[in-house]
Amino acid sequence: MLIHSRDDGFLHPRSSEITPKGVYEGRRDMLRWLAGGAAGAAMASWAARDALAQGAAPGKLAPLAGAKSAVPGAQTMEKLTDYKDATSYNNFYEFGTDKGDPVKNAGSLKTRPWTVEVEGLVKKPGKYGIEDLVKLSAQEERIYRLRCVEGWSMVIPWIGYSLSELIKKVEPQGNAKFVEFLTLADPKTMPFVGSRVLDWPYAEGLRMDEAMHPLTLLTFGMYGEVLPNQNGAPVRIVVPWKYGFKSAKSIVKIRFVEKEPGTAWNKAAANEYGFYSNVNPNVDHPRWSQATERRIGDGGGLFAKRAKTQMFNGYEAQVGQLYAGMDLKKNY
Amino acid sequence: MNKLLMHPAAKPLVFVLCLLPFAWLFYGALTDGLGANPAEYLIRAAGDWTLRFICIVLAVTPLRVIAKLNALARFRRMLGLFAYFYVVVHLLSYSWFDMGFEFADIAKDIAKRPFILVGFSAFVLLTPLAATSFNRAIKAMGAKRWQALHKLVYLIAGLGLLHFFWMRAGKNNFAEVFVYAAIIAVLLGWRVWNYVRNKKPPPSLAATAPRRGPVIR
Repeated sequence: MLIHSRDDGFLHPRSSEITPKGVYEGRRDMLRWLAGGAAGAAMASWAARDALAQGAAPGKLAPLAGAKSAVPGAQTMEKLTDYKDATSYNNFYEFGTDKGDPVKNAGSLKTRPWTVEVEGLVKKPGKYGIEDLVKLSAQEERIYRLRCVEGWSMVIPWIGYSLSELIKKVEPQGNAKFVEFLTLADPKTMPFVGSRVLDWPYAEGLRMDEAMHPLTLLTFGMYGEVLPNQNGAPVRIVVPWKYGFKSAKSIVKIRFVEKEPGTAWNKAAANEYGFYSNVNPNVDHPRWSQATERRIGDGGGLFAKRAKTQMFNGYEAQVGQLYAGMDLKKNY
Repeated sequence: MNKLLMHPAAKPLVFVLCLLPFAWLFYGALTDGLGANPAEYLIRAAGDWTLRFICIVLAVTPLRVIAKLNALARFRRMLGLFAYFYVVVHLLSYSWFDMGFEFADIAKDIAKRPFILVGFSAFVLLTPLAATSFNRAIKAMGAKRWQALHKLVYLIAGLGLLHFFWMRAGKNNFAEVFVYAAIIAVLLGWRVWNYVRNKKPPPSLAATAPRRGPVIR
């Protein structure tokens, strides 16, 4: 039976369904934070974690989304350290030597404007504003273990991209064997710069193959947001198979050099802190053993047993070949 | 002031005050208030209080002499025993939370790490002082030998300071170490100065020392 309906298929909207102008104009912001939220939710569901229960970021800093990384070893399945612990138990001597000092004092750090200067033995040296550096390559979320030389460790979801992406763009010359990183050392905004604990500016360095390794992360965020000041805002590196002091914070200069650069802790105590400082349970620090570590926020609290430290902080499969044939007791 | 120190409530009050740091740490441990690394905090805080009580004990005699507060002497034993109490908390915390009571590992640490060896030696030396702190021990040993034994506290203070210094040397972080060193230097330095100034033979020999004065013929 052919019964003509007067319905032409067009669904007439009610006026209450019309999008208010303010919402329409803010649609890009909404998309932005939906993307951040969606990335976070995707990460959380993939890893079967409830981000909120994990002590997630409280939402005070600007969001920074990172896609799930496909780099081998870049996503540990271990329990994340609480955001509160990761951002209040820090070594950042420019702001004081107590663990609680950086969170108290790093408010004075000015992260805008911020420029990272790339110089030395490269074909394309230059100055990168932080906004451009963030966009240089796709941001990824990497869940890394961080092992401090003091014997404690955390699991942190960093956001960044492989340093190799930047290195490829600046085209290092043939004689560039090492990459040096310099932290900001501004006595006006960093109250302890000038103390005699360390040489300032804080300097760190990597061998070229270490710097080019996919796991070496040029880092802009953590826990789905930009870096808090006390964690090395606005840009730092994270080298997860080395002791934490190698992961320089608040970087202003990346220099490509021929000779192994002097590094802050090696200058302070050469027999205790070597250039390589690979996490190694078989090479003791002169003052304490490195065979075990304490995972912060473990759940056992005071009674948590120390865990066995893993060779290269558990990244042996990914980085072991960089050190084949090297005497790691001599090159500590 | 001396009268206040002689008040019957004075000793119990000081006892409670000395226990407060421990009570605060204990409460913090129970309520997860010791920060992200509670074990490290506890070990370090107990060590801090041991050093502070050593300084407090060493301050008793200079204060007593300078301010002429003889009643301060009543508190010296309690303060010394509290120094021992905090060193036991420090050692227990390290043995339990750092080393899980693995005595082989602890022995290895003591042998291999100079700063732990020095700290452990300070503990070993402080133990006979704690053990001979009660009246019967003083009587049994005799004042002269007891005093000689307890002068070991000077060496113990130095060892404790060295333990702290060597531990901090790994982080180049000496500010606090220098403060304690300055305090202990003053407290020990006072004793040297006091001894030189008086040029008196030790009190236990005073009875037999030749008296000066005109010879009566």
